[in-house]
Amino acid sequence: MKEVAIIGIGATRWGKYPDVSNQQLAREVIRQALRDANLAWKDVQLVVAGQDAYSGYPGISAGAAIVEEMGFSGIPATTIQNGCATGSFTLDIGRAYILAGLYDVVLCVAAARSPGGFFPTVESGDDPSNLDFQRYRILGKTNPSMFAYQAVRRMHNYGMTETDIAQVKVKNSKHGSLNPLARYQKQFTLEEVMDSAMVAYPLHLFELCATSDGAAAVVLCSTKAARKLTAKPAILASIFAPQPKYPSLDVGLSFFSTHSTVSTPSSTPGVERPHEYEVCHGALEQAGIGSEDLDFAEVYDISTPMEFDWMEDIGICKPGEGEKLLWEGATTIGGRIPINTSGGVSSFGEAYPAQALVQVYELVTQVRGDAGPRQVEGAKVGIAANKGLGQSISAIVVKK
Amino acid sequence: MTREKASSKQVPAIEGWFTWPPSGEPHLIGSRCKSCGDYFFPKVIACHNPRCMSEDVEEVLLSRRGKLYTYTINYYQPPPPYVPLDPFVPYADAVVELEKEKMKVQGQVASGCDLDALKVGMEMELILEMLYRDSEGNEVVAWKFKPV
Repeated sequence: MKEVAIIGIGATRWGKYPDVSNQQLAREVIRQALRDANLAWKDVQLVVAGQDAYSGYPGISAGAAIVEEMGFSGIPATTIQNGCATGSFTLDIGRAYILAGLYDVVLCVAAARSPGGFFPTVESGDDPSNLDFQRYRILGKTNPSMFAYQAVRRMHNYGMTETDIAQVKVKNSKHGSLNPLARYQKQFTLEEVMDSAMVAYPLHLFELCATSDGAAAVVLCSTKAARKLTAKPAILASIFAPQPKYPSLDVGLSFFSTHSTVSTPSSTPGVERPHEYEVCHGALEQAGIGSEDLDFAEVYDISTPMEFDWMEDIGICKPGEGEKLLWEGATTIGGRIPINTSGGVSSFGEAYPAQALVQVYELVTQVRGDAGPRQVEGAKVGIAANKGLGQSISAIVVKK
Repeated sequence: MTREKASSKQVPAIEGWFTWPPSGEPHLIGSRCKSCGDYFFPKVIACHNPRCMSEDVEEVLLSRRGKLYTYTINYYQPPPPYVPLDPFVPYADAVVELEKEKMKVQGQVASGCDLDALKVGMEMELILEMLYRDSEGNEVVAWKFKPV
């Protein structure tokens, strides 16, 4: 197994920071993460930064901007863009450098300030080949519209109800109320969620994530060097973030069609399985564990019904059984397999390039036993999963 | 009294994605790989099947009928470049499964349809309809789907 250690974490509270720059947000979380790792800025050998497409130069060229903010120390810095899997890829690249033996200490960081309301397409002209621009112009298809497609299918396939969808928010808001980093710390009732405005049928406003500002940082280190620096490193056991295998049967955010399966033999195993399944199982396999070994999970509840799909894609339950586990309390802290112990993206809002990093922040906090009132008893291993633009889906396993 | 501009005309929202100018039954225009038989929309210059990769692709008209695979009703006005009607009225987006092509395509649901009557599995057909009026008063037209 190719593992590296996580020896420092930092994160701001998610929220709205109109008067703070991306670099200042990054500075705050880098300071926290380095203090957590008992290291100084001069010890960092490489910065891998996540790109924020909505903040101009400091977001586009985040690596350079962040190193300039911290002080030019002569180290290399690079910038990653991979939709909602951006944060995951900062870790993937950092891990690769460490495993290649080029560096011992790599700082992975992302800061984001998001526009309010729906995530818009990134500024561009009316180019027919820019399908992300065209999906807004021709379809008026927002991110929640795509989430709603997925929800309507689940209602059709498994009889998921609008009450099930709302109950995920009730549960995750309960977890979020225990997390000082969550933007929304109010505990919602079922009635409040179901009475909120309908945005994209069947999804209500409180069942969709807001767009937030925030930053998170993770210090990666070779396992050998980590032993000298800390008695209790967390282990980054796997990251898996492949693009799909053809044929992709998901229209995703910015595609106008799925692939055609004319040429695909009907005997092809797993052709109907969602890409999410392949990604989550790939991450578990890379970590050398099975889903039964997981103690908890952070999954992308950018719309709350996705939580059910993730549970099944990870292998926590069989298809169609996610709702049952929720109502039984199995996925609440104290239950058999707590899901979104941080409160999830529904309590944070999405600061997309930093979101996977703050998911990892929660995984590390839990396996260290530092999660206070939301601590999962005996948490040894957890998984984080996210999805977004393109078909960028990633899963990460962290263990004690 | 509404005054129509003399210059007002219909223009396609995007060229080469659907049959234009309107004549007879409208279709989406896609590609078919002459080697492996897979279809693509919008058109491609080479087959995207990594087991094929042929550059021998032909332009084809896609089936204009299919089954509603999934949908949503948008109750909030999307951000630009979406151009809302004034006033904005909720509308639906649909994913329609084409049997012959074994693929799913997307489009808005035609205006005036009973959105509460949409049901997964129902038969849908493709039509052309105005998306919005541009700054010169032209009707910008695209494909949409309506229940049969």
